[in-house]
Amino acid sequence: MYKILEKKILNKDVTKMIIDAPLVAKRCEAGQFIILRAKDDSERIPLTINDYDRKKGTISIVFQVVGEATIELNKLCEGDEIETFVGPLGKKTDLDGLKKAIVIGGGLGSAIAYPLAKAMKEKGIDVTSICGFRNKDLIILEDEFKKVSNKLIITTDDGSNGIKGFVTDRLEELLKVGSDYDAVYVIGPLIMMKFVSLLTLKYNLKTIVSMNPLMVDGTGMCGGCRLTYDGKIKFACVDGPDFDGHKVDFDEAIYRNNIYKDFERKRKEDCNLLK
Amino acid sequence: MNSEKKVEMRVLDPEYRRHSIDEVSLGYSKDEALIEASRCLNCKNKPCVQGCPVNIDIPAFIKKIKEEKFDEALTIIEKESSLSRICGRVCPQESQCEKYCVRGIKGESLAIGRLERFVSDNVIKNNNNIDIVKNGKKVAIIGSGPSGLSCSYDLIKLGYDVTIYEALHLNGGVLIYGIPEFRLPKKIVSDEIDKLKNLGVKFINNCVIGKTLLLSDLINDYDAIFIGSGAGLPRFMNIPGENLNGVLSANEFLTRFNLMKAYLENAKTPIFKAKKYAVVGGGNVAMDAARCALRLGASEVHIIYRRSMNEIPARLEEVIHAKEEGIIFDTLVLPVEIIGDENHYVSKINCVRMELGEHDESGRRSPVEIPDSLFSIDCDAVIMAIGTSPNPLLKETSEGLITNKRGCLVVNEDTLETSIENVYAGGDAVTGAATVILACGSGKKAAEHINEKLSKRG
Repeated sequence: MYKILEKKILNKDVTKMIIDAPLVAKRCEAGQFIILRAKDDSERIPLTINDYDRKKGTISIVFQVVGEATIELNKLCEGDEIETFVGPLGKKTDLDGLKKAIVIGGGLGSAIAYPLAKAMKEKGIDVTSICGFRNKDLIILEDEFKKVSNKLIITTDDGSNGIKGFVTDRLEELLKVGSDYDAVYVIGPLIMMKFVSLLTLKYNLKTIVSMNPLMVDGTGMCGGCRLTYDGKIKFACVDGPDFDGHKVDFDEAIYRNNIYKDFERKRKEDCNLLK
Repeated sequence: MNSEKKVEMRVLDPEYRRHSIDEVSLGYSKDEALIEASRCLNCKNKPCVQGCPVNIDIPAFIKKIKEEKFDEALTIIEKESSLSRICGRVCPQESQCEKYCVRGIKGESLAIGRLERFVSDNVIKNNNNIDIVKNGKKVAIIGSGPSGLSCSYDLIKLGYDVTIYEALHLNGGVLIYGIPEFRLPKKIVSDEIDKLKNLGVKFINNCVIGKTLLLSDLINDYDAIFIGSGAGLPRFMNIPGENLNGVLSANEFLTRFNLMKAYLENAKTPIFKAKKYAVVGGGNVAMDAARCALRLGASEVHIIYRRSMNEIPARLEEVIHAKEEGIIFDTLVLPVEIIGDENHYVSKINCVRMELGEHDESGRRSPVEIPDSLFSIDCDAVIMAIGTSPNPLLKETSEGLITNKRGCLVVNEDTLETSIENVYAGGDAVTGAATVILACGSGKKAAEHINEKLSKRG
């Protein structure tokens, strides 16, 4: 069992938890994920690691309360225990040879982009962060990003805070100026990662996306997380989660992500917890 | 009574079991077991034993059944096998012990597997009276599947401190995530695990060796290590349409069904439910997947296999049960493409017909495509059950650990020691996907060699 040491509501849909998991904290790196089950009969869900403290042996996770599994998780309080918490899974983000980079986080993706920006900062890499949210009420981790970014741009779709528009608009502005970026790292909804990748392809700029498909075990056993990469089947859990965004078949990833939407709809109808 | 035939084992009615996860085979009663045991000719040269991967003294335990000394029969079995309740159910006896039974020459061979199951189901044994003298040495086992469990059983009895590391939240490996409840009730698996826990075996779940901890961490902390991490990486056919919604590996489908109990009415883990399933492959995993699909309410389930019924590798009893339940066997058929609808969900699978040609290296006649034989089978889900390979996680993170080109760990065949000293391996991680009993046998053999080496060290 894995104790919840701290729980913080970041906005109405997003919660942060700090979990006591010394074995996971011992070796985890930015870009890796964990799989958890809140309770004994809960579904296994993957969540990317938001932060870690090796000395304290803790892992921080940030999750959006969207489906049954995250609702169950969000019902747990400080002092409660999580049934299953396994990791670190997947490969760490490769930052070798990087001098200047752009980190893009979309919505909840910002929670995962944050440890990446932090890792870059620690390595002395010049970091420009672009964080996009639907509106001002959904902005998370702004202070944290400020600390680790040489430049931080916040955008909102409706202009209620920061600059109005999508992250791609701000990215294009940066790229038009033609600064010497080595790479773009983008974490967020599939559709956002797709359009960022399409844009950077025009500028021939290396782009790393973090895929977060459905999976069961997270160790290469189920193959549910497979995606087409450069024409070949890859498993996001063991080959990723980071991939070159220019080689990922996003349209396929988008429809594969919806495979259980009927099940989820039916659970919502049947289950009082979800009403 | 016709002594040329086995005593039939009672099974649930096929119509009932299509909708139930209850165990299909009901086992022998005492009277049935006694009649069947009386068919044993007690041959002096014991041909059946050579067919048993763990060399159980079969005529000896059957003699004890005849004498109604069932607990003594179990003692004989347990000298060689710690998982007899499981192996009595899942061993392919027809190609092992029963294949060599002299009774089989003129009629049906003795039902050795059913008798093994009868004994282990009906003797309640208390392991607490086993005297264990601790020797102060520590062994780590990677994976809680059949090979790891059997290795742990022998080592704990020899006095070792044994810890099993398991990636999943439940113990048992393929016995839990792969083999379905209706073939191997999970209560039996958890009972066997509890027996080991009572003997002192420690289990650490949610720990992926190669990620959470590295093999080198274990090497620092233990005197020896046994790798029984299985063959869990699913293969796909690499045909067009394989990433459509509704195409699943058998591993994913079975893990959702068995480990996550997605068949339950109120399950929180989703599973892909379809009206018509096509399951590709002819092994036990294919049979399991097909029969699970039926139990999810499918109206039609096809097994698509590229060779003929004669070559089908699944256990005979599973093929018979699958047929009784109404699974359709499309043999000598090879899928070439999966077709999807406008929403990217599977709508049919295109196949070609095959005929058997020359014998290949496996000794079987290899299937050859019949020209212009393209046809399609309507279905809304496709399950790929065409085999698995060992997971590369451990190899990728363990310097000096050598695998062959199929990804299987290379071991010294006599001792099962890998390329790293004091690190042993067995089961599917070494052989590629094989049987529970072979894995048990290798776990046992590794335990013997670990003990031999560590005892010498003093």
